[in-house]
Parts: sequence; structure tokens; C-alpha cells
Amino acid sequence: MMSKPILEIKNLGKEYKLRGHSEPYKSLRDSLVNSISRIKSPKNDSFWALKDITFDVHEGESIGIVGKNGAGKSTLLKILSKITYPTVGEIVARGRVASLLEVGTGFHPELSGRENVYLNGSILGLTKKEIDRQFDAIVEFSGVERFLDTSLKHYSSGMQLRLAFSVAAHLEPEILVIDEVLAVGDTAFQQKCIKKMTEVSRSGRTIIFVSHNLNAVRSLCERSVLLEKGEIKCISDTNTVLDLYVKSGLETPQSIDLTSIEDRSGKGELTFQSIRFSQAYFDVNDEIVFDLDLRNHLKTVFQEVDIAVNILSAEDQTLIHVCNKFIGKEFNHTDQSYRFSISHLLKPGTYRLVLFFRTGEDIQDWINDGIQFRIERSEQSYKSNSQGILEPKFNIDQINRPIE
Amino acid sequence: MKEITEYRISPPNKTTLGLAELFRYRELFYFFTWRDIKVKYKQSLLGFAWAILQPLLLMVIFTVFFGTFLGVGDKVGTIPYALFNYSGLMFWGIFASGLNNAGNSMVSNSNIIKKIYFPRMIIPMSAILVAVFDFVIAFVVFLILAWSMSIYQGFTVNWIMIVILSPICVLLSIFATLGMGSLIASLNVKYRDFRYLIPFIIQVLFFLAPVIYPEDIVTEPLLKKVIALSPMYAPISLKNLMFDIPVDLTCMLISLASSLFFLIFGVYYFRKTEAYFADIA
Repeated sequence: MMSKPILEIKNLGKEYKLRGHSEPYKSLRDSLVNSISRIKSPKNDSFWALKDITFDVHEGESIGIVGKNGAGKSTLLKILSKITYPTVGEIVARGRVASLLEVGTGFHPELSGRENVYLNGSILGLTKKEIDRQFDAIVEFSGVERFLDTSLKHYSSGMQLRLAFSVAAHLEPEILVIDEVLAVGDTAFQQKCIKKMTEVSRSGRTIIFVSHNLNAVRSLCERSVLLEKGEIKCISDTNTVLDLYVKSGLETPQSIDLTSIEDRSGKGELTFQSIRFSQAYFDVNDEIVFDLDLRNHLKTVFQEVDIAVNILSAEDQTLIHVCNKFIGKEFNHTDQSYRFSISHLLKPGTYRLVLFFRTGEDIQDWINDGIQFRIERSEQSYKSNSQGILEPKFNIDQINRPIE
Repeated sequence: MKEITEYRISPPNKTTLGLAELFRYRELFYFFTWRDIKVKYKQSLLGFAWAILQPLLLMVIFTVFFGTFLGVGDKVGTIPYALFNYSGLMFWGIFASGLNNAGNSMVSNSNIIKKIYFPRMIIPMSAILVAVFDFVIAFVVFLILAWSMSIYQGFTVNWIMIVILSPICVLLSIFATLGMGSLIASLNVKYRDFRYLIPFIIQVLFFLAPVIYPEDIVTEPLLKKVIALSPMYAPISLKNLMFDIPVDLTCMLISLASSLFFLIFGVYYFRKTEAYFADIA
């Protein structure tokens, strides 16, 4: 018997008012100033982060939500998790919703691992009894038994993450809402997490899964929703949706502002300003092409600069290192930008970029973390369980040759 | 047949108190309170001893400065001034540290608010419970002080009144703190100015409530009524009955009315604005 859908999302919309401030909160002074300026210019600045979202989710279904940054994925998840409210429309839910927008919500560095399991579990909606019952399984899954009574602040970030995911993996709601939590951690633990989530979904739980990791979406979800600018662009089986998404991503460039990245070192007379990828992500067959803009704070000419880029795997292994000196190019720098074109043999996945700029002996700017890009595969015919780090173009033919 | 809990997520329309939901989440109260108490006393050398030392040190300071230098005297009614101001300070502590904790609680827990749903009222409420925990420790010290002073200085302590009045005064203090605390907590999410205002508000109300001076020091009847506007006047004044110091009924009613007003208005304002905390926190 086909019962009512476990989630009905009807005409959902969320409007945000733009206050023209970069500050998310206001001071009284701002409010006073605004109330005066509002009289002057009665312009109503607002935008719809979500518009006319309507779809049903049935019990036991795993549904993926994909879309570019700013497409409204996070807003939709926040509304589903009751963290924020829709401006119009409604959701009817027929079951307990647990949401995992982050692993380790509420973890406190001063408390021990054991205490954090209880705290985090209860924030996620588990009762103390449920935590008691699952405690051993949680600890075993995380693999941090030995440090249970140590303060969390002494844990490595990997250990914190494993403990956090273990708590989350042992939630037992009817509907589980998950955001990007798999994008972190080492590959082995990521595999473990995907396996656990597949298990959860097989056990009849409903999963709503938002991710940039298309492989994970593909392996977990039968059906997917593609969001674009707050609206549903397509809702269909996962392969159709992802093909459409990958195609649209291959056609649109993507810029990342680098000025807000904190994890950087160097003298700072010259700093990286922004990076512009020619595509939102690259097909395995595409060259990786991006432009780097720099800001020259001194306005002088720098002689014989080094500009270098490293591409790292998720395990922090440097896979590619390129520099202008390697190909005998000498640059004097005033206000130019640089275009990189890198052919590669990378597999589909997420990679990290490290940027490096040197003038003479001075390291000017060195960005170690915060820039990522993805490689995707658009052709479906290729089937790979390759164990290699790289994926070369190759061919294998049967040939007939007499053997003596 | 499994029970299906159907609910709707729609544009906010909050008129209820949400008490049923609060009750369902009661364990989270416990965990938040437990976390704050644990963290508060972790990494301090004296640990829980601070909960005893803080009111005791305050008592000594006020006894020396007000009792001796400013001439409030050695005694209030039949009891020593030191015991009088200690009894006021321990109830005041619920309000002072409760308001401070609650007022900043939504901002300091904003990372959790932005990531997970639960009735938001739990946060300021458990922040106040932390202050109540400190009170319990201070109260034990109070009993010991009252007992030893009564033997040493030869006055009688009305133990029955202490047993009857203490819980009432604690409840009144909690209500006073919750009203103003939830109001300031939600205002603080929107206007960070309140973070700087909180210590100032507490300081002003401290001198307005008869915590460290006997209220008959104020003779102007109008001024007395103004002082009674503070929600904390009621518990601070009511506890004087423990020491057979008379209570002004009119002022008591004024204070209770003010407390009720802040409680209704504060909780209402909190409920009205909580839907948007995650958007602006």
C-alpha cells in the first residue's frame, strides 16, 4: 500500500532582507541610522533564497540535493531542520527529523570525549537512555576508546571528527537530513561513513543528502533535485540530474575571493586577490585552467618573480607542483595576472590548491588552505575501480601474434 | 502500528508558550546546565570552592565598607549586618550571574543555534539554572553561618521561616531573572550593544534593591516605591521575614507586578523573535 509521503514540501519560499551591511547583526546605532535613511530611500532590498519549492519524499527514499554555491541548498536544509522558517509555503513531516548540518555541533573542548558524546547526542535529539544503550557502539565506531576520558582539546582534528560522526551515525530518526559531512576526513574514514550511510538507508530510513561530492550522491541516492538560483531546475533520477548539473557546471566559470583567507603567510607586499576557474569544475579530460589576480601593495616593479601552484590530494599528498621557473619563463611583476593551464591525469574527486608567490628571497604570499576544486567525469561509459592515485589515458587491445 | 507524529513547518505564528515542547526536551536542560557548570569550574585551582568563596568575600567587603566605614551598623534588627547582607547577596547572586549568563547565552551558543533545532528557551533557562546551582552551595554556607553566628552572638534564628521562605524567594528570583534574561538575550542577538549594557544594568539594580542596606534606610515613600519597581525587590525584601524584619506589603505587590510584567513581556518577545535567531545570530 502506498502511504502518504513522509515529507511534503509545498510552495516553499524564503525571503531574506538585505540591509546593505556586511555585518550579520546590527548595533542600535545602525538601526537608528537605518530608520532615518529608510525615509529617504524607501527601496526594498530583498532576495528570495528559495522560491516555489515543491516536492514529496517517500518513506525509505534517499534523495540528493545538488546545486552550486548559493543555489539555496543550505537554506532548504535549514528550513527542513527547523533552524529557520520559510517566508511562505509549508512542509508537512510525518516522522522525527534529525539533521546533521555539521558534525560535532556543541562539542566543547574542555569536556572529555565521553562527556561530549552525551552532550552532542542529546543536542542531536537522543535521550540519555538511547545514548547509554549505544555508547559502546559509538565508541567502537570512532576508534578513540583510549582517549575517552581525555579533554577534547587534546584530540587531533581527525579524532574529533571521527567521534562526532560516530555519534551522528547512531541517530535513529525516521528522516535524516545530512549536509556535506562527508567532505572531510581521510579517505578511509570517508569510505566507512558512506558504508554506514548506505546501511542506514537500507534499513528503511529516509535520507535527504546535500553534497558537492557527486560520487557520494550517486552511490547513495536514487532520486535527486537540482537547485538553481533558489528554484528547482530539475527533479528526476540521480543520473539524469547529475548529468545536467555537471554539464551546466562545465560551462560556468567560478571566482573565489582570496582576501578573506586567514591561513596564509608571507611578507604581504604582494598578495593573492582572487582565483578564477574557467569552469565550476573540470572534466577528467579537461585542462585545469584558472587565472590568479594579485594585488601589488607597493606599486613597484618586482624583478624575477616565482609563482608556483601545488595540487594536493585529500590526504595532503602533493600530486602536482608547477612553477614558471620550471619552463624557463622569467616574469617581472607590476600589476599583471597569471593564467595557468595544467594538463593532468587526476581522478574525479576534490583537490586542494596551494598558492605561492616569491620575489627574490622574500616569500610574499603563501596560501596553504582554503581553495578547493573538483574533477568530475561526464562520460558514463567509463567504469573504474582503479586503485591508482592517477588515471592515465590508456588503451588495451587484443592483438594476434604467433608465439614461438 | 507505529505512531506517526505529523507536524508542519510553516511561516512563524507563535502565540503559545511551547511548554509541552520544553518538557519533551527536558534532558537537554540538564545537559546544557551540566556542561556550563562543568566548564565553569574546570581549570580553576579552587574549583567549586569559588561558589563558596565568592559570596563570602563579598560579605566581608560589604561588612567592612558599609557596616563599619559608612555606618550602617553592626546589626540589622536582631541579626548581625554580615548575616543580613550575606542572605541578600545569595539571592542576588541568582539574578546577577543568571542575568549575565542568560543575556549572553544566545550569542555564545550561536554556533549551536545555527546548526540544530531545539526550543531556544532552553538556553537562557539553563544559563539561569547554573546560577541556581551556585545558590545552592551558597545557601549551605548560609545555614552554617546563621547557626554558628546565632550561638556565638546569642540571637535566635527562625528556622521554620527559613525553610518556608527560601524556596519562595528562590522561585521569585528565578522569575525575575527569566523575565529580564530572556528579554535581554533576544535583544542581544539583534543588537550587540546589550553585551556592554548588561553589567551596567546589574550594577544599577544592585544598588536599587535593598540587598546590602536595610530598606528602612530609605524614608522617602515615593523613592521606596521606585525602588520596589525592581523585580528583585520582592525576594530580597521577603527574605527579611526570616529575621523578623517587617515587610512593606504595597512595595511587595509593586515588585511582584513588575516581575510578572517582565516575565510575560520577556518571554513573549523571546518567542516572537526566536524564529529569526539563526538568520541574524
